[in-house]
Amino acid sequence: MTVRRSLVGWIFAGPALIMLGLFFFVPVLLAFALSLTNFDLYSLADYGNTEFVGFANYAELLRTPLFWKALGNTFYFVVVGVPLSIAVSLGAALLLNGAATRLVGLFRTALFAPVVTTLVAVAVIWRYLLHTRYGFINYVLDAVGVAPVDWLGDPHWSMPAIILFAVWKNFGYNMVILLAGLQTIPSDLYEAARIDGANSWQRFRHVTVPALGPMLLLVSILTMAGYFQLFAEPYVMTQGGPVESTVSVLYFMYDQGFKWWNLGFASAVAFALFLVMVLFTTLQYRFARARGMD
Amino acid sequence: MSAFSHRLLLGLLVILAACGSRDDGRETVRFWAMGREGEVVAALIPEFERLNPDIRVEVQQIPWLSAHEKLLTAFAGDATPDVAQLGSSWVPELVALDALEPLDARLAASRIVRTDDYFEGPMRGNVIDGRTWGVPWYADTRLLFYRRDLLREAGFASPPEDWAGWLRAMRAIKARSDPGDYAILLPLNEYEPLLALALQQPEPLLRDGGRFGNFRSAGFRRASDFYLRLFREGLAPPVANTQISNVYDEFARGRFAFYISGPWNIGEFRRRLPRDRQDDWMTAPLPGPDGPGASIAGGSSLAIFARSRRKDAAWRLVEFLSRVDVQLRFFQLTGDLPARRGAWAAPTLANDPYVAAFREQLERAVPPPAVPEWERIGQQLRLVGERAVAERLDAEQFGAIMDADTDRILRRRRSLLARGTPR
Repeated sequence: MTVRRSLVGWIFAGPALIMLGLFFFVPVLLAFALSLTNFDLYSLADYGNTEFVGFANYAELLRTPLFWKALGNTFYFVVVGVPLSIAVSLGAALLLNGAATRLVGLFRTALFAPVVTTLVAVAVIWRYLLHTRYGFINYVLDAVGVAPVDWLGDPHWSMPAIILFAVWKNFGYNMVILLAGLQTIPSDLYEAARIDGANSWQRFRHVTVPALGPMLLLVSILTMAGYFQLFAEPYVMTQGGPVESTVSVLYFMYDQGFKWWNLGFASAVAFALFLVMVLFTTLQYRFARARGMD
Repeated sequence: MSAFSHRLLLGLLVILAACGSRDDGRETVRFWAMGREGEVVAALIPEFERLNPDIRVEVQQIPWLSAHEKLLTAFAGDATPDVAQLGSSWVPELVALDALEPLDARLAASRIVRTDDYFEGPMRGNVIDGRTWGVPWYADTRLLFYRRDLLREAGFASPPEDWAGWLRAMRAIKARSDPGDYAILLPLNEYEPLLALALQQPEPLLRDGGRFGNFRSAGFRRASDFYLRLFREGLAPPVANTQISNVYDEFARGRFAFYISGPWNIGEFRRRLPRDRQDDWMTAPLPGPDGPGASIAGGSSLAIFARSRRKDAAWRLVEFLSRVDVQLRFFQLTGDLPARRGAWAAPTLANDPYVAAFREQLERAVPPPAVPEWERIGQQLRLVGERAVAERLDAEQFGAIMDADTDRILRRRRSLLARGTPR
């Protein structure tokens, strides 16, 4: 009986497992194998030129200053971008949840729209918005007396500009998840809190946040994993510049892999990023469990 | 069969017929051209197709930014075009891949492409291991754009011809200028000005057949010392191009009097400088250590791919685009400078005072080392140059860092050369 049942289970899970194995585990293993070779332009000319080099690519990676710079830039993006993104999503979700207007549907769609628009197309618009001289953002800043900022040309402002763009582009997705979470919180909890004399901040802190715990954990893990893979924004907006201030780890990998065709080295970069992401997601999960959020 | 499947079948037949109609017995040559050139070359194709009724040209326009990746990916995926425009520094890379067809036999037999009519530097960039892999399409080099009025006010009637005179002029201009103004703009995000100075030296940038960096040589030390001195003395601002809101405005305001740049800026200066400044700017060949100096030979070449099955048709397209009159029309359409001397006799070029300096400079243009790794070494030159300015390194330290980085980049090439495999 149990054997048959487990067989049925395997049959049902089978197609998914085969797909996962074929299109995920096998490529990952191959990429790892590639990261142990010196596959480069010369290998492309003749595969016989490829040699096994062990962990030399990884050792080389740790000695490459641009990799550390890229890692630093990526951390900057994650550390500032993830909390900001979740805060904006949560704020928007709370506003939508609390709003007693028939326009909620419209606002929800409008705020979600950036998620489904093409990044390249909106990047063009953002390049206009961020333009030093003619951009709307500097126009507004000028109105309140702030000197024009060279958003995409100044190495100090390029990453904040990218963060601003990425948060705007992505917050709608988390907003929808959090909004769904908010709607599952029973209203009698709020009533009970109100009867006990809790003000709106206390209700948020002690009812909303704990009830949203698992949602927030999910959202933060997804967002962090996504933000570590920063690539398209700098690729379209700055090409990694100015002065390498927006080169992310993935951008560095792309350059190594497809610009210089050092595929062995680029695979090593991919695995280094994978390890960093595993480490941080685990830490995050542990932290959340310790606080009883899961 | 239902009405629906009938209609479906009919639709499929129409599509098939449409596909078939393209097959009109003509050979299709796939031609990849980049950026602006890709847009403009389409205007030249109808005449070629009229002269060669048996050939159809399919122009694919590739953005410059992704062109290099696309070429390598196409090679890996066995989807290279028949003929393509190549940035001059990509030729060694594609030759190392065995992706290109040697052109020597065709060149020797051609009555249209006469190699001795080409500027020597750009032509030499296409010759690797004694064989020719591309034909220069248009030529590119870097030289001085300068403010005549500022130079005159500082007491110099003509542009400098050697480094000593150049330095004197820059110091005089700086001394007369307002605080915050400079004598020259050398953007830190461009390595070409420094490379041009380095190519003026007798020593090559790589030694032992491209196995090691040669940046500790006396020549590179001289060039980098001169370059770094301009920043040390405050003659050049330590900024990247991106930190300057608008190079043309700043040049018009006299924030700097010299700028090292390429032919595309002739058009930009004409368009972007205010009318009352139009008489104040001019171009001049790059000053050298002792007298007029060399500069970088660049531009684009036309090359035929080894895997093409239509090499003869592709070569006819290359010949057509190399014709003197077509080169001239291409110049009028793009502003790209013809790679053939023959085209320069035409009045549009001969009477243009701004391109005259380029004509002279192209005779003294030197291609960068022809190794596949060159572009990476060039990027390193930019990064280390930026660092050398920021951290006030001297020429000695600059050369040592460059050599260490270059030797690391060339390690793979060395080990393969030791086994006797690559070019």
